[in-house]
Amino acid sequence: MKFLVLISNVPDTTTKIRFVDDNKAFDTTGVQWIINPWDELALTRAVELKEAGGIEKITVANVGESITEATLRKALAVGADDAIRIEAKPKDAFYVATQLAQVAKNYDVVMVGIEASDYNGSAVGGMLAEILGFNSVSAVSGMNIENGQLSLTREIDGGQQKIDVETPVVTIVQKGIAIDPRIPAMRGIMMARKKPLTVVPAVDAEEKTEYISFELPPPKAACKLVDEDNVKELVRLLQEEAKVL
Amino acid sequence: MNFEFTDEHLMIRQAAKDYAERELLQDVLERDAKAEFPARHIKNLAELGFMGMMVDPKYDGSGMDTVSYVLVMEELSKIDAATSVIISVNNSLVCYGLCKYGTEEQKEKYLKPLARGEHIGAFLLSEPEAGSDAMHQHTLAENKGDHFLLNGTKNWITSGNSASTYIVMAQTYPEKGYRGINAFIVDRNSPGISLGPHEDKMGMRSSDTHSVMFTDVKVPKENRIGEDGFGYKFAMKALEAGRIGIASQAMGIAAGALERTIAYSKERKAFGTEIANHQAIAFKLADMAVKVENARNLCLKAAWLKDNGKPFAMESAMAKLYSADIAMEVTTDAVQIHGGYGYVKEYHVERLMREAKLTQIYEGTSEVQKIVVSRTLLRE
Repeated sequence: MKFLVLISNVPDTTTKIRFVDDNKAFDTTGVQWIINPWDELALTRAVELKEAGGIEKITVANVGESITEATLRKALAVGADDAIRIEAKPKDAFYVATQLAQVAKNYDVVMVGIEASDYNGSAVGGMLAEILGFNSVSAVSGMNIENGQLSLTREIDGGQQKIDVETPVVTIVQKGIAIDPRIPAMRGIMMARKKPLTVVPAVDAEEKTEYISFELPPPKAACKLVDEDNVKELVRLLQEEAKVL
Repeated sequence: MNFEFTDEHLMIRQAAKDYAERELLQDVLERDAKAEFPARHIKNLAELGFMGMMVDPKYDGSGMDTVSYVLVMEELSKIDAATSVIISVNNSLVCYGLCKYGTEEQKEKYLKPLARGEHIGAFLLSEPEAGSDAMHQHTLAENKGDHFLLNGTKNWITSGNSASTYIVMAQTYPEKGYRGINAFIVDRNSPGISLGPHEDKMGMRSSDTHSVMFTDVKVPKENRIGEDGFGYKFAMKALEAGRIGIASQAMGIAAGALERTIAYSKERKAFGTEIANHQAIAFKLADMAVKVENARNLCLKAAWLKDNGKPFAMESAMAKLYSADIAMEVTTDAVQIHGGYGYVKEYHVERLMREAKLTQIYEGTSEVQKIVVSRTLLRE
């Protein structure tokens, strides 16, 4: 079974977010880039399954410019066998899904994080499955392979659902798919340099989204402490100030 | 001149940082309080390849350069120097010494499990009456033809109980002075070895420090490292490299204290504003940062010289001297800026201060480093 894990290159989660171009674009100056945390968990599970003997090969792929190769190298250090970078600046979800489709069509199982921690669009996985005509399973929190059968666990309201699925499939994974992202071992880091990283050109794709403006959430207000006996005041604050009741 | 790290360096540093923040931080306070050996962490760090970082992959090491080692020591020591000292001794005293001077058979038998981290190594040089005065070894290694017979006591041995492989310096020909000293690889389970109690230390409490007694311990002659009488030179060469590890540890302790103090001074308010806005605090932070950066550059320069096959004895002594001294200064300032909170364990900086103190003492005191530096200067 051949696996493709999609890797989104996102700003470190502690990055201070700023915007440029009239608040139409994210300011990337001085940003440290990491693997999208959900994709990192997906990769970790794929590597675990490969170590258990259920996977023939793991490829990682992204859509990005050459700066994103460090992120792909890290994925190779964690345990992917090879990497593909599609030479393009990622625009919107449809554009990215269209680019990835040209690569993903050659794989049995595609793993993609439920969202990317930059724009949190949660759209690429579903679009990709639709473009390719693959099965698609969302909110996957567990994955196993037994006797060549892919079994998935999904989180549903109030419980879990276990399903067997036919390949090819796009699995949209979330927290729980692996416990912690795997830290690359020294040997993996050294081997990553020698693993193949192929750059493929972008295909024509329509850009369906125009960013009008971004804005930061209002700064968090100071914490208010309410005396434990004063439930009335707590309810009033929740109604009138926090407006959550 | 190029101050850029490679992508591999950055990845290695991040791996060490991730492990330290995610795993070591969880139980560092508890292990410090209980003086509990970090067995679980050593096993995990071995799997990541941190126990034999600079050992050639053909002997099961990771084949990294010394610059990578500095980065790893810094990140681990920011959180937990008691764990990083076990790694430092294993890497830069034991593995380095065996790599450079061991026979093929010694490397096969002893270096490989040490590099894989399945065995832990200890370096037995100090004695009750021979610490900085390493030339005057009282432990005897009598030459009995097919074996040596060891008798004597070694002090302050890092990983004394947890190690499986000891590198022991002992005197074979007292009449020859330091030229009569030999270095031996000794199995920890050899009959005749006994341990003193776990030393109840001020800091680095979860590394297990013991005295080790040898009573008629037989060591096969093939376990001697190098030529007859090479032991003192062997120890000095190993310590030259070891100093880079401890220098980076000290720098890491200081860098960890600085990071915590910057974060604290941006949160803690006094006189109506965050304390970082008071110049008395801000200037102190600036002084601390300059010291940490100087220490980091000295460590990296010594590592670079070693990686490029150039002499590094003086530079590693400078790095250790400076880093250890500023670790003490920076951690003391960190406690001061934290005020009362700095004096309680929860905020970590008091522990970093206790740990910093040892870096001025072990693997060559600050005074010994001054001897190394000044003698090199005056010889030139």
